[in-house]
Amino acid sequence: MKPDQVLVKTVGISKSFSGVTVLDNINVEILQGEILGIIGENGAGKSTFIKILNGTYTPSEGRVFFAGSPVHIRDTSVAKRLGISTIPQEFNLINHLSVYENIFLGKELVKGNRLLDKQQMKEKTSELLRELDTDIPPDAKLQDLSVAQKQMVEIAKAIAYDSRLLIMDEPTTVLTQHEIDILFNLMQRLKEKGVTIIYISHKLREVKRICDRVIILRDGQFISLDPTDALDEQEMARRMVGRELTQIFPPKIQPQANAVLQVRNLSVSGLLHDISFDLRKGEILGFSGLIGAGRTELAEALIGIHPITSGQIMINGKTQVISSPIDAVNNGIAYLSEDRQGTGVLTSFDVASNVTLVSLNEYCKPLIDRKKEKAQTEEYIKAFNIRTPSTRTLLEYLSGGNQQKVSLAKSLDPKPEIFIIDEPTRGIDVNAKKEVYYFIHELVKTGISCILISSEMEEILGLCNRVVVMREGRVTGILEADEMSEAEIMFYATGLKEGA
Amino acid sequence: MQTNILKGKLDLEKHGPLFALVVLFILSSIASPYFLQTRNILNILRQVSYTGIIALGMTFVIISGGIDLSVGSMTALIGGLVIMALNYFGGGIMAIIIAILFGLLLGMFLGAINGLIITKGKVAPFIVTLGTMAIYRSFTLYVSNAGEFRSTSNLYPKLGMGYFLGIPIPVWLFFGLAALFGVILNSTRYGRYVCAVGSNERVARYSAINVDRVRLIAYIIVGFTVAVSAILMSSRLNSLSSSNAGVNYELDAIAAVIIGGTAMTGGVGSMSGTVIGAIILGIINNMLNMLGVSPYLQGTVKGLVIIGAVLIQRKKA
Repeated sequence: MKPDQVLVKTVGISKSFSGVTVLDNINVEILQGEILGIIGENGAGKSTFIKILNGTYTPSEGRVFFAGSPVHIRDTSVAKRLGISTIPQEFNLINHLSVYENIFLGKELVKGNRLLDKQQMKEKTSELLRELDTDIPPDAKLQDLSVAQKQMVEIAKAIAYDSRLLIMDEPTTVLTQHEIDILFNLMQRLKEKGVTIIYISHKLREVKRICDRVIILRDGQFISLDPTDALDEQEMARRMVGRELTQIFPPKIQPQANAVLQVRNLSVSGLLHDISFDLRKGEILGFSGLIGAGRTELAEALIGIHPITSGQIMINGKTQVISSPIDAVNNGIAYLSEDRQGTGVLTSFDVASNVTLVSLNEYCKPLIDRKKEKAQTEEYIKAFNIRTPSTRTLLEYLSGGNQQKVSLAKSLDPKPEIFIIDEPTRGIDVNAKKEVYYFIHELVKTGISCILISSEMEEILGLCNRVVVMREGRVTGILEADEMSEAEIMFYATGLKEGA
Repeated sequence: MQTNILKGKLDLEKHGPLFALVVLFILSSIASPYFLQTRNILNILRQVSYTGIIALGMTFVIISGGIDLSVGSMTALIGGLVIMALNYFGGGIMAIIIAILFGLLLGMFLGAINGLIITKGKVAPFIVTLGTMAIYRSFTLYVSNAGEFRSTSNLYPKLGMGYFLGIPIPVWLFFGLAALFGVILNSTRYGRYVCAVGSNERVARYSAINVDRVRLIAYIIVGFTVAVSAILMSSRLNSLSSSNAGVNYELDAIAAVIIGGTAMTGGVGSMSGTVIGAIILGIINNMLNMLGVSPYLQGTVKGLVIIGAVLIQRKKA
């Protein structure tokens, strides 16, 4: 086969979910035996693109050609037959099976008498793992392995079958430098054998080092496909974010000098390391970072979901112990969850019961005062323009956007001083976003201080007074208003710059 | 237009058990002329009140997302120990009061043991109460040497046998507790929290609800209701068999809750539904007796009704 032969060609690939286009008209040619990087911000469409190639999704429009012929990859088994394997972002391994059982799961080798040929499977597993330069015993149970070892098993599993296209989605997030070096060596060897590799990563330095060419996506759009030699990391970061700020943001209000919340050297075992920052009164403090940077985990630590292993939280200058959400509410901290149905609202409860769930004590004397509950809920319905037939309608009959507003009312009813808002505009349209922005603006005017966790750069830049950038459970930088730019935030988020 | 359809559907869901009761009542009146006699009706109500009272407590547990299989064994243990306490204190009016207080506290204590293992030990309620079901029964048998607990008091039976305004005392307690628990479930913070915990524990936790405490209290409540039932039963017979008392009570109590429309998955339910569920079971038993169906087959009918009720629930969801 010629080295420059096209292995995969996509023609006009698009994907939309319930009317929202997440991938728009992608035309690329992936060459036989190349390592192709795909980079972009969260939500740029990287994962959607590879999920179309490996059969998890079918494209809404467009066609895929594999080795010259049109293919319809309608599910993952079709992809497997074509020789497309994926090392997923999240492990796809069974914890109570051994290493070799996992590697051969669904493709077990059998002897002539139909019984499992354990000996041969173990030998093959040893061989694979040797190639990866790790000394994991094939008999070891998955649950006894470290996260990095599991990642190596996942990689071994992917190369166990003769793959022609190997897709790696953020494979190095949990690996140490040494293991990354081994992985890169292996990728090089696979490439020499003619295997094509698609490599998705947020770590631009690694992309620069290992990839031949790199695709940049932004908001589901194709931005560029260039040899990595032609781009430096700064240029990559710039292309990932490069957008004009539109005028949908309210004016910023200067916060007061005193800090309502001071976090000092806060750590949560395995999740957060040595986090320190101040939140000033009336401030909107942004939290930026890539997926897995630990922003939601930090919010959850502040409301007592994750036990704090060291460090302290001071509210209005006094050290407070927050070991449960009850403590958080008592200290005037409210949290608007990013996971609305998982942690935000009860869909089997009616609107009023959701609104008063956190602050129910205020409505008891000692029996619940339904009139007061109803009156208060009606105020929120008016203020937030919640579309519901009545205060006693079950939440499951409301649309997602209206459920989000109920969740907001529920968080605000205890009258918090500090409001942590986690991805408030995920999956809502521009006008609804604008509503949310002005709403946060109004809150701050009344003296509430906000922490805004957002993956949308625009939002962070347009709303926040300052921004804290996180990466892998650490704060890598705190940027003042005059230092804030998309490229600068991306430098800290991807690890190109560090230290405040 | 659409809200009307929605309302109609909701109403049918809400009043399904009541509708079933009315139909069953009419059918029974037609099938047997004796059914509508006051004595028969009071008899049915008295019979259902023992497991019905337990079902009231069970309603909290099931709405909170749990289950308690130990209630039958617990009934025997509490009933037996109450009789022993009564005999120890001499059988007078003071002795009865002390024995009753002792029984109620013991019930809450045994419920708390279940609740603590479930919440602090993070063991599934099914497993914990399956274990304590065996333990409570075995302890009852051990204490009585597998025999009978006999009360020496002449006064004690007046409680279980007695009437107030022509209605048996257990029936008064059944309806009284149902009304009280109904108010707790519908109109207090605790009731709201029980539903929240059962419908989504994570949301409840993030909403500053002490999930463990809510669940623990549910098991204490069911322990309390078991004690009330155990006292009434031991008092009615003035004795209690260590091997037979309370057998299959968990089945009847859980069945009443489920037939009453409370979701097995937790989150939603009602006290009035449980009362209706218990009465439906009582009428079915009564009719099977009157129609001369073998008592050995009555369990089959009960089983079918339970499965049918859950099937209907599933369809609604």
